[in-house]
Amino acid sequence: MPVKVLAALSGGVDSSVAAALMVEDGHEVIGVTLKLYQGPDGEAPTSGCCTVSDAEDARRVAAKLDIPYYVLDYTDTFRAGVIDPFIAEYRMGRTPNPCVDCNRTVKFARLLEHSAELGCRLVVTGHYAQIRDDGESLQLWRGVDRQKDQSYVLYMLGQEELSRVSFPVGGLEKKETRRLAASLGLRNANKPDSQDICFVGAGRHRQFLSQHAPARPGLFVDSSGRPVGRHDGAVGLTIGQRRGLSLSLGEPRYVLGIDAVSSTVIVGTREELGVTSLTVAPISWVAGRPPEGEVDVQLRAHGPTIPARVFDDQVELDRVCPAVAPGQAAVFYRNDELLGGGPIVATRC
Amino acid sequence: MRPGVWEAMSRFSGDAFGNASGSHAVSRRAKNALEDARELAASIIGARPGEVVFTGGGTESDNLAVKGAVLARTGSSGWLGPGGPEFLTVVTEHEAVLESARFLARFGFPTKLVGVDRFGRIEPEEVAEAMSDATGVVSVMAANNETGAMAPLAKIAAAVKDRNPAVSFHTDAVQAFVSEPVDVDDLGVDLLTLAAHKFGGPQGVGLLYVREGTRLEPVLHGGGQELGRRSGTHNVSGAVGMATAMELACADRPRFRTDIAEARRRFETALVGVAAPTVPVEDRLVQHSHLRFPGVSNETLLIKLDGLGLAASTASACQSGAATVSHVLTAMGYTDEEARQCLRFSFGWTTTAADGELAAELVKACL
Repeated sequence: MPVKVLAALSGGVDSSVAAALMVEDGHEVIGVTLKLYQGPDGEAPTSGCCTVSDAEDARRVAAKLDIPYYVLDYTDTFRAGVIDPFIAEYRMGRTPNPCVDCNRTVKFARLLEHSAELGCRLVVTGHYAQIRDDGESLQLWRGVDRQKDQSYVLYMLGQEELSRVSFPVGGLEKKETRRLAASLGLRNANKPDSQDICFVGAGRHRQFLSQHAPARPGLFVDSSGRPVGRHDGAVGLTIGQRRGLSLSLGEPRYVLGIDAVSSTVIVGTREELGVTSLTVAPISWVAGRPPEGEVDVQLRAHGPTIPARVFDDQVELDRVCPAVAPGQAAVFYRNDELLGGGPIVATRC
Repeated sequence: MRPGVWEAMSRFSGDAFGNASGSHAVSRRAKNALEDARELAASIIGARPGEVVFTGGGTESDNLAVKGAVLARTGSSGWLGPGGPEFLTVVTEHEAVLESARFLARFGFPTKLVGVDRFGRIEPEEVAEAMSDATGVVSVMAANNETGAMAPLAKIAAAVKDRNPAVSFHTDAVQAFVSEPVDVDDLGVDLLTLAAHKFGGPQGVGLLYVREGTRLEPVLHGGGQELGRRSGTHNVSGAVGMATAMELACADRPRFRTDIAEARRRFETALVGVAAPTVPVEDRLVQHSHLRFPGVSNETLLIKLDGLGLAASTASACQSGAATVSHVLTAMGYTDEEARQCLRFSFGWTTTAADGELAAELVKACL
């Protein structure tokens, strides 16, 4: 049955094709681009993602699809829900995943409300993930294209959210998406995929953090607490990082932990990086309750899965996993079905 | 565009297409049409033909007026020398004036802004009091493009000239012309901006009235068209369209005022209780209905209205197209939250009295 839907258009090919498929299915589609952040002059940025030219691409696609199109100002929501926590997490020595925060606080929170205010039944995005209905409840599955699968950053979606969103390209291979875009005459059929963190920009990670979190020099210590060197600042370092530490101790040293309060970085050998249990809190379950039995856990985007068992907020891994960074998401799957997930708060060997 | 405008213009995009600066027969015809248009435009605003400079629109006219008048006052001692020209304007001006002021400030020219009250009103005495001995150019818009708030322009110009007769006084009358009489001597202005698309003429054409004797440095340099004040090949059909539209709008003004006042009255009456005008009716252009809907997001309301075929607008948009908080409302003392509850409705020359009620029904259906 045709309904009124709100399609979030980034200017990229995936969201464009998602909107096009909804139009093709006879739905009444309103296209929107979220203005998520702005430069110091108050304008949209001119490089990276979310630029004026991205909005222009989205606007032209909307015109091609003959749907109304608006740019919504989400800068306040995005700053409070994504950028400020991103900086705060790094200052705490953790490694945040801003895409998760954006989905949790912006796209599948404020935008869902907004779509309801506009009388829309669904929010449509270009995520590579699938929603299935088994008759009793809704399920979230990995995208058909495993290279592009984005389910990892969607773990926070529950039954309520899943009933109000649609991922039309989740059942497609990326190359099919591009082929569809080309056959529909969409101008961005060959636009490169976006990379990096949208508000930071390619290769500017350190620079962004140094602007927002002043560097505090401190000590490198080994796992017994013995000082082994000095660093200029711990913000931006990640668990498991080896490069760029400027340590010469004969054998490779990896970041094992970061004590943000004293600006101390604990380093050690590859063997010392291993983790066997995690605290994950809060965990959001797609079904609204934890599953029974063993699950597979994925600890980084596009990373491998490891068999695990979950007891409340404690996750016991079946085997040792190297370099698990607090702040990243632990996402639980069974085969290709996403069961739930949450942020990693602590790790133990 | 108003009926008759395209017909008048189209000849000069068709078989009479020619460059007004050439010396052959086709050029002479184009030049003649351009000068006819200039004479007509000048007569409508009480000016002499030589005082009318055709431009590429309101923004260009504002830029030429502000930058041109300030730059013309820089002496051999440089602009920061004693008596260097200060530019004085109002916080609620159009971006074309405010950004020109910021441009001048970046190059060291002193600039100063006068505030407005909660209803966007400007006091003539406040403008005069804000002037210093260094003030060389003053710009005050005739009516605000967002709220429709009218300035007591003749009184302001008189107060400014009273304080210092040597000052160049500019007004942006882009928004006002369609409904308010505009006569450069009655208003007492030296420079005046008009844009054709605001009264049923083509887009991308404007004019700047430059009172004889007013010093003006060109902003666009080149072939020296428009007596050196605005270089660039003439937009002959645009100038013809603008002058034609000015004549039609001027003749239609009494009818327009009556019909639109009634349409707006019905519109605003029907919305009493859900929306309130930001500017009192007696201080506002007749075609403007700038309303605050307490507790309602203007962004959401605009999208819903667009879906029903009613076009409204928020203050202004950034390059990406997102609505931004209006500097005009901020200047009037509105918080960001209050400003995001305001929407502008404008009534055009095709609006009928009954449209006022219809529009109000559509708005109510969206609340």
